[in-house]
Amino acid sequence: MKLEKDKKIDIKGLLKDLENYRPRRKGWHWREGVGKRKIGSFEYREVSENLKNSVPLPAAKYFNNIDPQPDCVITTEIASGRFEDDIRRMRMAAWHGADHMMVIRTAGQSHFDSLIEGTPEGVGGVPITRKQVRATRKALDMIEDEVGRPINFHSYISGVAGPEIAVMFAEEGVNGAHQDPQYNVLYRNVNMIRSFVDAAVAKKVMASAGMAQIDGAHNANATAREAWKVMPELMVQHAINSIFSLKVGIKKENICLSTVPPTAPPAPCMRMDLPYAVALRELFKGFKMRAQMNTRYMESCTREATVTHVLNLMISRLTSADIQSTITPDEGRNVPWHYNNINAVNTAKQALVGMDGLRDMVEIKRDGELGRAVRELKERAVLFMEEILEAGGYFNAVQQGFFVDSGFYPERNGDGIARDINGGIGAGTVVERDEDYMAPVCHHFGYNNLPEGLDKPCSLINECTLCNPEKIVFIDELDENDNVNVRLQETAEITEKGLIKPEVEWCGDGIISMNIFLPAEERTAEFAALEIAKKMGLEDAEVIHKQVMHPAEGTYVEVKGRVAFTIDPKTLKIPEAEEVLSEEEIREYLNKNKVKVVAATVGEDEHSVGMREIIDIKHGGLEKFGFECHYLGTSVPVGKVVDAAIELDADAVLISTIITHADIHRINMQKLNNLCIEKGIRDKVILIGGGTQVTNEIAVESGLDAGFGRGTKGIHVASFLVKKLKEVKAQ
Amino acid sequence: MQRPDDFQERRRHLADLTEEELEKRFWELAEKIVDPLLDLAYKHTSPSIERSVLLRMGFSSLEANGIVDGCVKKGLLGKGAGHVVLKFAENRGIDYLEAGRLLAGEDGWDEVEALFQGGGAE
Repeated sequence: MKLEKDKKIDIKGLLKDLENYRPRRKGWHWREGVGKRKIGSFEYREVSENLKNSVPLPAAKYFNNIDPQPDCVITTEIASGRFEDDIRRMRMAAWHGADHMMVIRTAGQSHFDSLIEGTPEGVGGVPITRKQVRATRKALDMIEDEVGRPINFHSYISGVAGPEIAVMFAEEGVNGAHQDPQYNVLYRNVNMIRSFVDAAVAKKVMASAGMAQIDGAHNANATAREAWKVMPELMVQHAINSIFSLKVGIKKENICLSTVPPTAPPAPCMRMDLPYAVALRELFKGFKMRAQMNTRYMESCTREATVTHVLNLMISRLTSADIQSTITPDEGRNVPWHYNNINAVNTAKQALVGMDGLRDMVEIKRDGELGRAVRELKERAVLFMEEILEAGGYFNAVQQGFFVDSGFYPERNGDGIARDINGGIGAGTVVERDEDYMAPVCHHFGYNNLPEGLDKPCSLINECTLCNPEKIVFIDELDENDNVNVRLQETAEITEKGLIKPEVEWCGDGIISMNIFLPAEERTAEFAALEIAKKMGLEDAEVIHKQVMHPAEGTYVEVKGRVAFTIDPKTLKIPEAEEVLSEEEIREYLNKNKVKVVAATVGEDEHSVGMREIIDIKHGGLEKFGFECHYLGTSVPVGKVVDAAIELDADAVLISTIITHADIHRINMQKLNNLCIEKGIRDKVILIGGGTQVTNEIAVESGLDAGFGRGTKGIHVASFLVKKLKEVKAQ
Repeated sequence: MQRPDDFQERRRHLADLTEEELEKRFWELAEKIVDPLLDLAYKHTSPSIERSVLLRMGFSSLEANGIVDGCVKKGLLGKGAGHVVLKFAENRGIDYLEAGRLLAGEDGWDEVEALFQGGGAE
């Protein structure tokens, strides 16, 4: 199967013959061609290879549509609960520059003491199963061909089924995973002995497949009451997982620290977060940094979240990031929506590219205040570890509530997460390996009494699945009601007939959101907004964000709700898009015909930039093609424009209005048309209106021949003029 | 436990260390914390670990569940689930995948128990 740019991915087709699909490669992929590169008119210093297909940032249209890709891997986290919808979102994210697809697991899978099979629906994430993983990897293999860059697929090897999940991931070509026994212990209440014993085997299997490992330390940030106070402990958590992994056999360059700038505004966060970032990068030299964004202080305001994330990105650029994780700006209010994944990826791409090479001009003052703070953090972390050993080791320390205490260590507030060494999920399940313990498979950690003289451990069974994938057993579905086929059937009307229904998470979910300003106090506004949604016919309306503009003057509200209808695109009346003539065709016409144009910004309007873009030779405007342009300036009365057109015997008149108060743009366009009729020249001139709020429809309604809005270039106007002039002559 | 920030007092023995010495100490302590955990992992196993062995041997997750449940019941997990399967297959003179499927179907466990007699600890 190959993806075509203009066609949706065929999920049913993807699922066909899945039992025989094998991943094309294993292991993590870092971006290629990292370093200096010329893209468009600029020299970049911290970028990687360009993509074959992508959607650049909105402003790229002013820069020849370049789409520079930063040097680090960019993550997007997807959690819809249905893998078939996740896949479509991954494709969109890949086109915007994400090459690390992190799939969040369904709630509760950590406590599931076995692999899950089939494709049941999840809550806040998908059940991670072999079928879900294989279908996703298969889709990603196609998507990476489409964008021209390998894509990393990632999920979690935690909970009580870690070793099994690790084997399944290694078999299925999953490229990275979270693996940190401390995460199980502290946040999932998995028994600590089970967690560490399992972790060693899981990590050894991960190492065999060259997977990247991300630890779980960032969770302390998200959990602690005052996230910045856990900084010394975070270093300890990173160290424990890193050295454990290293000793089991994961390569240093595949061990990634999950690190978050712990604070956010209104705290003076940069001054607190930067020393921490520097201290980590000094202590953990040679390990990789997965820079996560702050989630601890996220509220429902997507703008506020985005600003915090940009500050986080600045920390990444001032220090380093090997993987730049992204948090969707809506994570504080719902399970992320499609376009917010894209927004988050773009926030990272935009900020990182914008700060490209910044360190060549700006450097961190390592001495002084920052240096003192770095030193202090390191010392506090060392003291923390000294006390762990004094307490009798890691297990005892956890039992005594050392971790996720809200005190700035060695300060202790007595509110840490304490776990019993004999408690938690899976307690009492670990057994000692007997002297004759034997496991006839490769990449197994620990004591193994294999017979002497074997080529490799799995010789006894004529190869294990890691050596011979033909031996992998694929289970399709176990639940006849809760599976992808049933779900696809439910939306078949939409997908098969090509109907359109809004969606934010799942095909056909029907959810839309609205931005409303109401001149009312907060609580009244909230209920008024719900009433508005009801009157508009939205079902299940909910306020997802509100912000006081002034206690009495007004409140801003965002409301989501569901629409019940679908749109059939066949019933839409879509005007045909204007075909633009080639530069050669336009020049050829102007070589043979003299065309005079009068242009002005009309009314009380001093905005001249737009019009200059359209006519100036240096912007590739009308002059470039040979039009004779007479620009009258700004704030020109419409009457004066018409007089000039008569005097110069112009072929066309271009007016621009940016200001649109009280519909002044419509009024000016109507006035131009009327005056030309009055003066008897309307048949002889082509009238064109332009401006940010002008559309072709508005201009034509106002009596002009055409209107041009945002994003118009000189060639669009030139092409229209030439076509129109040819048309008139033909008559 | 509650304790005020006594950092200044506690850090005295670290105050004169160079940055390099401090970082060295950081990693030495980390190793000291982790070594007993690794030793524990080296010598022990768990149901999930044994299921991961069975998966690598070419059993399905459902079969692996059945075999490991049987091992746990008979106190044979410490032998290694793969080992149990191989020994049973050898005794029956059948392919190990077939043997494992029999065990997953709760067949043959008395035979297995006898094969490991004296070795199973519960």
